[in-house]
Amino acid sequence: MSNIPAELKYVASHEWIRVEADGTVTVGITDFAQEQLGDVVFIELPEVGTEVTADQDIAVVESVKAASDIYAPLTGKIIAINDAVVDAPEAVNEDPYGEAWFFKMELSDASQLDSLMDADAYAAACE
Amino acid sequence: MGKQTALHASHIEANGKIVDFGGWDMPIHYGSQIKEHNAVREAAGMFDVSHMTIVDVRGPDAKAFLQSLLANDVDKLKETGKALYSGMLNNNGGVIDDLIVYRMDGWYRTVVNCATRDKDLEWMTAHTKGFDISLTERPEMAMVAVQGPEAMGMVQKIKPEAAELIDGLKVFQGLPLQGWFYARTGYTGEDGLEIMIPEDAVADFWTQLIEAGVQPCGLGARDTLRLEAGMNLYGNDMDEETSPLQAGMGWTIAWEPSDREFIGRTALEAEKAAGVPMKQVGLVMETRGVMRSHQKVIVEGAGEGEVTSGTFSPTLQCSVAIARVPTNTGDTAQVDVRGKLIDVKVIKLPFVRNGKKLF
Repeated sequence: MSNIPAELKYVASHEWIRVEADGTVTVGITDFAQEQLGDVVFIELPEVGTEVTADQDIAVVESVKAASDIYAPLTGKIIAINDAVVDAPEAVNEDPYGEAWFFKMELSDASQLDSLMDADAYAAACE
Repeated sequence: MGKQTALHASHIEANGKIVDFGGWDMPIHYGSQIKEHNAVREAAGMFDVSHMTIVDVRGPDAKAFLQSLLANDVDKLKETGKALYSGMLNNNGGVIDDLIVYRMDGWYRTVVNCATRDKDLEWMTAHTKGFDISLTERPEMAMVAVQGPEAMGMVQKIKPEAAELIDGLKVFQGLPLQGWFYARTGYTGEDGLEIMIPEDAVADFWTQLIEAGVQPCGLGARDTLRLEAGMNLYGNDMDEETSPLQAGMGWTIAWEPSDREFIGRTALEAEKAAGVPMKQVGLVMETRGVMRSHQKVIVEGAGEGEVTSGTFSPTLQCSVAIARVPTNTGDTAQVDVRGKLIDVKVIKLPFVRNGKKLF
């Protein structure tokens, strides 16, 4: 059974979203996603400053098995990316909710957060 | 739920992630495919290959039958236990399957792929006409491949009664002992054994190997290991539409004696006379990205080809691929990876043998 922390939000394309105190969000991929992908070997992230729209493919994760698109879970601007995970992509397999965050976003509109799934809804979606 | 091997419970116990493979429930990995891969290159790993199909060929015409059925010539097998890799071709020279055939004591044992089992048996049976032979499948035999520089020593420790036999095995030779069959063959580019074992004994053997420190490995590592070793995967690197001359299997075709009429010979001779348009090569991508099967290869001045198998190479830490390209391809090309043209090196296969980079 994969790990689905209760304090995070989720989208059906297997990204997790953590809402920070300042209203920005941190995004990564879920434990379920890394299990499906297998060993991750490359990650391509968007550039800081990019304006992105929810459901737009903005990053790529390549595992030994397959390439997989990563989608913007919400609409807004990329304000930070995790260079460390680009340099050590195996972190995605080891610590998908911690060290291996992908990018941080500033949202165009905070009401979008209402559309995200909570842990229970995401767990049901993974079955 | 698919068919299960006698090791199914062992895979679950070892946390194997089970996937469908040609109708069988098989482990793709037991946690990390890369860790499993490295264990085989550096020490010892083992694979459940019980899904593969063993077919014994017996009878006074067994040799003549196989000389007609296979593109390689079983007459090359001068001593008991010696093995041969061969394509089984259709009349157009396409590859129905690739297989290993062992010369036994007055008979032959073949090992064919699991996904092609039905059509292989149908084809073999259809061509028995005029030959006094029998074909017997051996579903009661399980098979475990123990591969890596330390593999043979590990097996010898666990099966001391087979130690002497294993010491005496030449590369590509297999011999029976007390109902087991030990063959010095594999699909990884490392030394090691493929062992056929009565089903009721295989789980204990597997457990003893785990206790000795042999890493269980899934289909994922099997694929990256064979790809680094430049070995074809049926259905990816060759199939019924592909000539063995364009799939790196030219060395498996025994043209001499010229009067041996194997199935597919006429088509291959015509192809050779006309000039073979494509060849199999290895591609190395030294920049970021991973080549995958069916991606387009562009060769300036020569035309286009296709990646037939591609992956990330855990040994070389970059992407490698097996590809079919125009015959006059030089030492560079480009691959269309998700819409980007990326420069690659063209090399002669394999990429890795016995743990060492070969290009």
